[in-house]
Amino acid sequence: MTAQPVTFRDRASRLIGTDAAAAVREGAAHLSDRRQARAAEFPIFEDLRDRARAIRLHSLSHLDRLLAHFADRLTDAGGHVHFAADAEEANAVITGILEASSASLVVKSKSMVTEEIDVNSRLEERGIEVVETDLGEFIIQLSSDTPSHIIAPVLHRTRQEIGALFAEKLGVVETDVPEELNQIARSHLREIFLRADAGITGVNLAVAETGSVVLVTNEGNGRLTSTAPRVHIAVMGMERIVPRWEDAAVILEVLARSATGQRLSAYTNVVTGPRRPADSDGPDEVHVVILDNGRSGILAGETGEILACIRCGACLNICPVFRAVGGGHAYGTVYSGPVGSVVTPGLMGMDPWWDLAHASTLCGACEEVCPVGIQIPSMLLALRRTAAEQGKLPPWMTRGMSVYARSASRPDRWRRAQKWARRLSAPLSARGWIRRLPGPGRGWTASRDLPRPAGESFTEWWEQRDGP
Amino acid sequence: MEATTAQLVVTCLVDSLAPRVGKAVVNVLEGQGIAVEVPAGQTCCGQPAFNVGLVDDARTMAEHTLDVLDDTDGPIVIPSGSCAAMIVTHYRHLFQGTEREEQVERVAARTRELTQYLVDDLDADIAADCGDCSIAYHHSCHGLRELGIKSQPEHLIRRTDQRPLVDADTCCGFGGLFALELPEVSTEIMNVKLDAVEESGASLLVGGDVSCLLHLEGGLRRRGSKVEVRHIAELMAAEGDG
Repeated sequence: MTAQPVTFRDRASRLIGTDAAAAVREGAAHLSDRRQARAAEFPIFEDLRDRARAIRLHSLSHLDRLLAHFADRLTDAGGHVHFAADAEEANAVITGILEASSASLVVKSKSMVTEEIDVNSRLEERGIEVVETDLGEFIIQLSSDTPSHIIAPVLHRTRQEIGALFAEKLGVVETDVPEELNQIARSHLREIFLRADAGITGVNLAVAETGSVVLVTNEGNGRLTSTAPRVHIAVMGMERIVPRWEDAAVILEVLARSATGQRLSAYTNVVTGPRRPADSDGPDEVHVVILDNGRSGILAGETGEILACIRCGACLNICPVFRAVGGGHAYGTVYSGPVGSVVTPGLMGMDPWWDLAHASTLCGACEEVCPVGIQIPSMLLALRRTAAEQGKLPPWMTRGMSVYARSASRPDRWRRAQKWARRLSAPLSARGWIRRLPGPGRGWTASRDLPRPAGESFTEWWEQRDGP
Repeated sequence: MEATTAQLVVTCLVDSLAPRVGKAVVNVLEGQGIAVEVPAGQTCCGQPAFNVGLVDDARTMAEHTLDVLDDTDGPIVIPSGSCAAMIVTHYRHLFQGTEREEQVERVAARTRELTQYLVDDLDADIAADCGDCSIAYHHSCHGLRELGIKSQPEHLIRRTDQRPLVDADTCCGFGGLFALELPEVSTEIMNVKLDAVEESGASLLVGGDVSCLLHLEGGLRRRGSKVEVRHIAELMAAEGDG
């Protein structure tokens, strides 16, 4: 995890204007357009979103019961369930399982929750080799980078960069043809899949009625990761559960359309326990690690509904801030964009993450595209209230607003303040416009002129006109 | 029949920084036979404080605004989707469970954004006009998504030469204090919008919220762009006044 002790503003400022930011802008817009096309062609999409929302909210309000049921069913199917209170416990469980089965090579499919607990470095510390098998994550691992998007980890990289990386790290002939790049990764990874002792995956959905986990991928690597090795470990946030298969079907309908603008993802893989005697393949052991790591705290608070998120990334793609700042890296942690700005302070604490809640213009585009109708702007406002109560806002803002509010509630003071503003702005203005302000106004005038307060305010004009 | 009286709330930004927009609104409303009153003592609705989480300050301003407005009768008309949305939707959150709940509902029920009022309530026979100009219209986010205002301005600009604006429904990057807190990000978002405006070929950028428009106009001026900025009310006001 890259928890740098800097602000969103610092990280964003460093990224704005870079090639990576341009790549993110283009990629996010492309994903958004595709989502829009799929939504537009599907007359029942809005109804499905309402149903998906109801399903997710129902699941959140019955989490204990659903998880217990899930655990029973999975145990019946021969699988193992592990509850982990935090990252530490989850990593201990995972390393324990791997060491018990003498695993030295582990393949992984894309999983944000394992990024959250940073399992890779924990395994590497213990001498276990980990290979990411999602093409994007594979590129991230080869370049010691971090994902810039929850579903498209290398949104910030161009295919030319990836071609050069493959040539350098894998000793292949450089190319920038996507199919060829894909083929290079595929041949490289295929051999590793066959040798791997264990596979670690995330979980898109867990279905309580059968104790199944559902993995959605477009590359088939999730299927290989969960079936080729002897041991499969699936790691899930505890909120990722739904009651029944008919619920899962609704979620999958809105997930693919919202995420990548596909009608359905290429691979929808269902794992219900280990290989049975009649199965031709599959792992001998299946473990599901159910992670809390701060989720109970979120669930109990004002932003609890954020756990209804199905991690489609639509809110990232549409967000003008996410698009402007070069994507996820500006957010400094695994979960980025509007959803991440709510999740991260919840999981990792308000310090130093409260400022993510301010990384939004509150334009509301996120809520508009959310497949489960999460009211993200309201949650950002709730977090902003908490941050303000905790005294985290800069003094220019709190003091300035306090003075402003006091004068705005007393019309006589308001008038005087308007006159002062007029007078004070005179030396800063030329032909009615201010080109340079001091203090916190500097950020405004760095790129924008500001009109000078009018010589006669509207209300003064009105009083003249209206007569005494 | 007696003329309808509308209470005009011009917003703090219009009052100090763009009084010409307030004058245009008066002109437009009076042109529709509406008697305009401007409730005395109006200041700021409190949105800037509300949006950064300073709810006590927001409440102070909202209480004042509620008292000023509740003392009047008739529709309350605001030439800003953002400030109207603050009163219509967010005051409820600020005063939930307090003795002001009823007052909030009374005032919210009377509050209209300008184009909403003209099109939905008055069914006004009026159209924006800019002569030989061509326009690009920016739908501000709060009006668009919190109040569902889109068809109304589109109806009002039906006779102008409109140029399609790429990502017209995307935020301009203003965001209130956001523009001061994260000026680099605000500017980056603005630049994308301004590129789209300039590429549209329009000679005027038009919108319904002075807040976003001041930000965009400030950016266009800094670029030395020829594109000028108008509030939609200015395109509906009769010549010679306002």
